[in-house]
Amino acid sequence: MVLAVALILVTVASVLFHFLSPWWFTPLASNWKLIDDTILITLVITGGVFVAVNLFIAWALIRYRHRPGRRATYEPENKKLEGWLTIGTSLGIIAMLAPGLYVYTQMIRVPEDAIVVEAVGQQWQWRFRLPGEDGRLGRTGAAFVSLDNPLGLDPDDPDGHDDLIVPGPDLVLPLDRPVLVLLRAHDVLHNFYVPQFRVKMDLVPGLVSRFWFTPTATGRFEILCAELCGVGHWNMRGHVEVVDKSAYREWRAALPTFGAVLAAAADDGLDEAARRGRELARERGCLACHTLDGAAGIGPTWQGLYGAERPLADGRSVRADADYLAEAIRDPNATLVAGFPAIMPRVDLSEAEVDALVAFIRSLGAPTAEAQGADPMPPGDAPAANEAAHGAPR
Amino acid sequence: MNLFATLADKPWLAQPAPPPDEAARRMPAARVGVLWLLASLTALFSLFAVAFLIRAQLPDWEALAGGAGRPLASLAPLWVNTAWLATASVTLQAASLFARRGRSGALRAALAAGALSALAFLAGQALVWQQLIAQGHFIATNPSASFFYLLTALHGAHLAGGLVAWVHVARRAWRPAADARLALGVALCALYWHFLLAVWLFVFALLAAEPATLVWLAEICGLR
Amino acid sequence: MTHDADTHHEPSSFWTRYVWSQDHKVIAIQYTLTAIAIGLVGLVLSNLMRLQLGFPGRFDFIDAAAYYQYVTMHGMIMVIYLLTALLLGGFGNYLIPLMVGARDMVFPYLNMLSFWVYLLAVLVLVASFFVPGGPTGAGWTLYPPQAILPGTPGTDWGIVLMLASLVIFIVAATMGGLNYVTTVLQARTRGMTLMRMPLTVWGIFTASVLALLAFPALFVAGMMMLLDKLAGTSFFMPAIVSMGRELGHEGGSPLLFQHLFWFFGHPEVYIVALPAFGIVSDLISTHARKNIFGYRMMVWAIVAIGGLSFVVWAHHMYVSGMNPYFGYFFATTTLIIAVPTAIKVYNWVLTLWRGNIHLTVPMLFAIGFICSFVLGGITGLFLGNVSVDIPLSDTYFVVAHFHMVMGVAPILAIFGGIYHWYPKVTGRMLDERLGRLHFWVTFLGTYAIYFPMHYLGFLGMPRRYYSFEDYAFIPDSAQDLNAFITVCALVVAAFQFLFLFNLVWSAFRGKPAESNPWGATTLEWQTPETPPRHGNWGEALPVVHRWAYDYSVPGAKRDFIPQTEPHEGAPPGTDEALAEARP
Ligand code: HEM
Ligand SMILES: [Cu+2]
Ligand SMILES: [Cu+2]
Repeated sequence: MVLAVALILVTVASVLFHFLSPWWFTPLASNWKLIDDTILITLVITGGVFVAVNLFIAWALIRYRHRPGRRATYEPENKKLEGWLTIGTSLGIIAMLAPGLYVYTQMIRVPEDAIVVEAVGQQWQWRFRLPGEDGRLGRTGAAFVSLDNPLGLDPDDPDGHDDLIVPGPDLVLPLDRPVLVLLRAHDVLHNFYVPQFRVKMDLVPGLVSRFWFTPTATGRFEILCAELCGVGHWNMRGHVEVVDKSAYREWRAALPTFGAVLAAAADDGLDEAARRGRELARERGCLACHTLDGAAGIGPTWQGLYGAERPLADGRSVRADADYLAEAIRDPNATLVAGFPAIMPRVDLSEAEVDALVAFIRSLGAPTAEAQGADPMPPGDAPAANEAAHGAPR
Repeated sequence: MNLFATLADKPWLAQPAPPPDEAARRMPAARVGVLWLLASLTALFSLFAVAFLIRAQLPDWEALAGGAGRPLASLAPLWVNTAWLATASVTLQAASLFARRGRSGALRAALAAGALSALAFLAGQALVWQQLIAQGHFIATNPSASFFYLLTALHGAHLAGGLVAWVHVARRAWRPAADARLALGVALCALYWHFLLAVWLFVFALLAAEPATLVWLAEICGLR
Repeated sequence: MTHDADTHHEPSSFWTRYVWSQDHKVIAIQYTLTAIAIGLVGLVLSNLMRLQLGFPGRFDFIDAAAYYQYVTMHGMIMVIYLLTALLLGGFGNYLIPLMVGARDMVFPYLNMLSFWVYLLAVLVLVASFFVPGGPTGAGWTLYPPQAILPGTPGTDWGIVLMLASLVIFIVAATMGGLNYVTTVLQARTRGMTLMRMPLTVWGIFTASVLALLAFPALFVAGMMMLLDKLAGTSFFMPAIVSMGRELGHEGGSPLLFQHLFWFFGHPEVYIVALPAFGIVSDLISTHARKNIFGYRMMVWAIVAIGGLSFVVWAHHMYVSGMNPYFGYFFATTTLIIAVPTAIKVYNWVLTLWRGNIHLTVPMLFAIGFICSFVLGGITGLFLGNVSVDIPLSDTYFVVAHFHMVMGVAPILAIFGGIYHWYPKVTGRMLDERLGRLHFWVTFLGTYAIYFPMHYLGFLGMPRRYYSFEDYAFIPDSAQDLNAFITVCALVVAAFQFLFLFNLVWSAFRGKPAESNPWGATTLEWQTPETPPRHGNWGEALPVVHRWAYDYSVPGAKRDFIPQTEPHEGAPPGTDEALAEARP
């Protein structure tokens, strides 16, 4: 009896909860009203079944509860009843599946006039690229990824030179224009999800996945990563801003092309050795621990390191000249800087590579306060600060 | 016994009682157990084969066989190993026959020959590994090589597991007392060996297949 | 059957009797206790996660890395090491031989090995909590590349131990599965035709077949990932730039892993669900004193669900980037599988109809099961239907769905089963008042946890998020709801200890049980002793004369007729009469 009442209450409470709940879909901001409608159909059918089954159980519990002298009926099966139930269920299933598949057909048929945007995921940030004048996106590959080329465009592919690179994790889209989003990842799976647009899709390293939608409301929407991608998964933030056509055109016009980005990078005032050192620092994982912008890392920052006085763990202090640096790279734990753990691994490097790394560290500038003229190298324009902004993983 | 007829039974109706010797007519449990084990292993190796075919369609795949300089440029060593495994299978089948006839001398000889050829097979596989390594084809050199090492190792491990069962059976075969269940044990050993021979032939065919064959296979399986 | 004689003698020493035992009943208890122990770890982990979600930042020892480790270990423990082990190794071991009238499993030694290998798998899993870097935080799906790359906790040792533990578990499950399947096929006693078997046996039997055919997929995926991790191969690893470093991998396919994983993963859902279906069918029939409605349909549905479960796997991959045309096929198969599943629900409900319902504790849990399962089942229709799934996948809607359908529902069935069979296992009844309290808190508590959670999913809150701070689309009220859910989860968890107390206390102080306290028809209630001794049946095996559901047969004296009772008026000279005449 109590159970029957409880079941009725649970059912009623569930239905009430559904209608009173402040938690529901975010207001739709894309063309996918069809999805919302299919969900509604599914909800009505399944909700009906849910209520019916629960109330039937409750009724049976009351009606057929044990009382002295009561005996159950003996009825092994009832083909007719079972047949009708099967048919009814199948009809209900079809009523959900048919619209579902119809909508799905729309979802995978990309309109001809869709503009193309590429979203690239990397632990734990978003980047975007748009095709340039030629309307084509240039080739990409993991091997091309570098500090100056975080999207991994092939510098030798002419198609890529006019591609527009979006600085930062915010994408702008025009209102009422279908958008085809191409998705790539460099490291692990991610998922591009904006709740208001309803659609989502994984980013898979090694392939290009896609989905499309048409933004139908202006505003600033959050991008969420919806596929576990490591400890920063919950915090992989970005935005899509939907604006009218002219604002979009303006934004687009201000984007740098890949060619321009490359030229700027080539013009960074680094000599051959330092530039090679910079790539080495990335490839060999130095930058996982050392920052280039003076920020604290697992290891000491490289900014302003060259020529500085280094307090050692054993109380001594040395000057970080070329010899010291080369030694510290070759045999990391021979001398320990005070305040840092002895965890730097020994990396296999040739003499030339060590020299290149030292040259790079040197290019990052001497300590500003005590530039005691000991540095014969023309400091040039240290590219450090903006480098770290998008290069250094943390 | 027809499965569909069984499933259509109306069990609530009174049915004629089964004959008292029902149990005796059933297959020995050990044989059923081994058959299910083989079913599970079939699933295992089939899934490996599917993974192999899917992986083989990706651009960085380099076929193992078919051309000088390829890891399996010469299939001769593997054919020799195959011969050893086939010998093991045949001798164990013979052992099974002898066990049924009660010829314990011949049984022991055949059992021993079966195990020795299986060991020869394993040694031969190890030799092929050594050669590949000597030629610089390591496990991570190419996915095809990865599959080669993985599949041969797994097949070898199952054969080694079979040898454990063999020891179990052989211990009884060398005991003087008559043993009613010995013949079953030997028969199941032989069955397992046949199965591993079949798996090996299948794996061998996959590994040694020309790229065109793999494409064709993948097409048939709807993987392209 | 083949060796009646030699399994008969009772082992004498403590060690052979309780530790290295080959008795299916002892092994069942070993499996059950181990599964409950590791399940408690999973429960505590879930509460730690809930603390973070309900009161973010309040518990500073739970950082993001720890949270992801909890999620992963909780999920894996619950699905594999608790539910699979408890339903097959625990219930399967105890019930199959007793219900089909065998003296033991057909391979008792293998059965013993199966338990010890399972224990080893659990120990390896637990060891990963203590290695440098801790357990893996890759999510229970262990998707590469992330599972073996930096940026995820436990990528050095944790993931290796996890994969090793899974491989070991698969060996154990295979040894067990071979036993269960073969025992059902070959060791049924005289008269126990397949269609006279109780549905519990059908459920566990089909689940074991699924286990034998599906676990290999996990094995394949696990082995290949181990090599990717340890030997630098590229089965699943494409060219990757991780944390700024280019790795040596090339050309592998992360999607291949997902296909393999879910080819195992979906049948795994039914490995857990089918035994629960079986158990619930028998509980409802027994306690409603009515034959299970549509027995044949129930058997067919079990078999159909088992078969179909191998062709629906990619419904977990609608947003994975796989070929979009697969969506049509898998949405259709998935919704088709809903038909036999719905039939099962109808037949449970129709068993209650015109029954004589005794609301015993096992019955309470069985009805709780139906209610939870229906909720989890209908939300499955959302997630199976590809275009409806896309907005909901990887949100809390999914979390709520799978907890209802394969978390709460099977757990309720297990509880019901334990309350039902405990008297047979120990010879004593579980305390009824504690049982009712346990039921009410668990049933209503889990409902309060998961029903509202669906709505967080509608809202769009993604799963596997350590924190939802500063997301503008999430209203503050969602945080209040999360706090409420956490409180419910803590209460539910606390009351599970009441159940444990009941288990232990009743074993010593419980009301002594009769041999057939519920008036059930099936064989396990007809043993000469309670608890049954080694060999189960004394001198002679039982002979079966009727199906498992002769409740309230018109004209019969009592409201149940045990399976061992011959039909009246069997003509003399037939086998029935002979069996009677035998001493
Ligand atoms: C009171 C009991 C339980 C509570 C409070 C609970 C709570 C949770 C929570 C908070 C999560 C993480 C959600 C997220 O961050 O995405 C989770 C995940 C999960 N739970 Fe439970 N859970 C419980 C019981 C179970 C049971 C019995 C199962 C058995 C099937 C289960 C299976 C899972 C699985 C498979 C995951 C997913 C893990 C992953 O995302 O990798 N849980 N649970
Ligand atoms: Cu993510
Ligand atoms: Cu599934």
